Amino acid sequence: MRRLVLLLVAGAAAAGPLLAQDTVRVGISYQPGVRPGLVVLPAPGLDSVRAIVDRDLGFSDRFEVISLAQAPAGAPQGPAAINYPFYRTLGAAFAVELVAGAGNQVTVRLHDLAAERLREQLAFTPDRSGVGDSRLSIHRISDEIVRLATGQTGIASSRILFLNSDKRIWRVDSDGANLVAVTPAGVDAMSPAWSPDGSRIAYMVFSRDGTRPIVVQSLATGTRTVLPTTAGTQNMTPAFSPDGKALMFARLSDQGAALYGLNVQELCCVERLSGGRFAENFSPAYSPDGRRVVFVSTRAGGQQIYAMSSDGSDQELLVSFDFGATGNSNAPDWSPDGASIAFHREVERSPQIFTFALAGRRLKAWTSSGRNEDPSWGPDGRHLVFVSNRTGRRQLFVLDTESGQSRQIMTPGSAKLPAWSRSMGGSRSQP
Amino acid sequence: MRSRHIVVPLALLAISAAACSKKKDPVLQPTPDTGTPAPPPPTATPPAPPPAAPAGANAEAVRAALVADLGNVIHFDYDQDLVKPEDRPILDRKAEIMRANPTLRIRISGHADDRGSDEYNLVLGNKRALAARQYLVGKGIDAGRIDVTSFGEERPADPAENEAAWARNRRAEFEIIAGGDRLVAPR
Repeated sequence: MRRLVLLLVAGAAAAGPLLAQDTVRVGISYQPGVRPGLVVLPAPGLDSVRAIVDRDLGFSDRFEVISLAQAPAGAPQGPAAINYPFYRTLGAAFAVELVAGAGNQVTVRLHDLAAERLREQLAFTPDRSGVGDSRLSIHRISDEIVRLATGQTGIASSRILFLNSDKRIWRVDSDGANLVAVTPAGVDAMSPAWSPDGSRIAYMVFSRDGTRPIVVQSLATGTRTVLPTTAGTQNMTPAFSPDGKALMFARLSDQGAALYGLNVQELCCVERLSGGRFAENFSPAYSPDGRRVVFVSTRAGGQQIYAMSSDGSDQELLVSFDFGATGNSNAPDWSPDGASIAFHREVERSPQIFTFALAGRRLKAWTSSGRNEDPSWGPDGRHLVFVSNRTGRRQLFVLDTESGQSRQIMTPGSAKLPAWSRSMGGSRSQP
Repeated sequence: MRSRHIVVPLALLAISAAACSKKKDPVLQPTPDTGTPAPPPPTATPPAPPPAAPAGANAEAVRAALVADLGNVIHFDYDQDLVKPEDRPILDRKAEIMRANPTLRIRISGHADDRGSDEYNLVLGNKRALAARQYLVGKGIDAGRIDVTSFGEERPADPAENEAAWARNRRAEFEIIAGGDRLVAPR
């Protein structure tokens, strides 16, 4: 840890002062697997903000967040004097100071305890109540602290969609708070997907007339639009392209499931992209540059992970498989850094979470007991949300692929088919 | 549940040529415009003589029996979409009724147990519904009279997690979507 702190100090000195809006950080060397200690100082008047930030930074899995409850009596209180040596003895490399200003302003100061200096100071105007959707503005502060301290994208200001047992799509903040149903009662839905900016979602609807249209819903207004040609037909598994202009989905017919694409901005130009006769192709997911798509195909018998260009050309089996040794593979999701595909594969008839690193084509299993399925990458390309029945009913779990540890997101009923957003709103939170 | 059915369906068995050995809670989905619940048949009268238009309760009983036959569910093996030989009589009976009632239209919905991937199970349910339709088409029924859809694993008949429940959930259901108000029994 000491070595890391010195590196950070040297880096900060070399980089000089940077504006908060800068997205390129020079000189910060983030070391995977190293979790510097961090303490969030008492913040008079900002209890809700502090509590959320403290928890977010823990869930980032990039720090050992040191609880001040562990501090011996006589710990210095308040922002007036940062007692650097004292917090260093607790094992902290960073101290986060939150100071209430006029109106809703909150000043965030990131202290480098080894160098005994203030490293960054930023002002925010969050909704300080920390209730409901106002939490997002506080989560953005957490992500900014992660970016300042490590140069990495955080996950705090992101949300997870899932299918609840009431057949509605719900969303939840990535810390497990702020559970809200987003699709109307009485509309049975499935397979939620985010638009890249988090403003819209797409999902399939089980219509009473037996058709399966794809609906795009604005989260701000609730306006719902049935995509062209999906009314009156059987469709499933929508996915937005990373630029938000295209949407791909699978259509079921008597010749199997084929992948279709359309222009979702102008609601036109539906095009069949992939689908051999009597093979099923479904569950598409775009690469972050939008040029490739991973999907499931049964063209060789069981379900396996294939890739193609987003125009349907250049198809290949992506994750190799051996009959008898490995099982059906489903639910692929391409990581935001482009480096890895997450999916689930049946091992002894029970799905388990795998990642496939494109460089070196390395396959790695992350789970082994119970049913673990439908992984979706968080905006940091490090965390995955998936469904597990390890506690008895299907619940959401968030896995840190660096430590291998996971935490549960409690939901009412049982959860299915999670979809994790990118960082939501505010340019500061964007990588 | 099964033992209860051993007693009750005797009357139905006499009527239904298709009735066979298996359990079948006839997942009967009446058309929206038929409000009257089917009363139990008053006697074990065979439905054979419907020469013109049998009036009153008897006609309704005949219709109810035909609706029940149309609603009988078929089942599938794990991750399979082949119609099982023991289910063929169930489909044969539906084909007879559809031939006798040219305005009758049905919807077949395929279902899966919850062990495979949720999204693959939607595909599998569709394949099961298509297999049932293909069988009926093979018996001379116009494909345009049969809609297909899939619920995947989202509508289990039995929510339990065991082999018996999974077997009940791997099924195709049949629903009348038009022409079910007046049904003529096959000759």
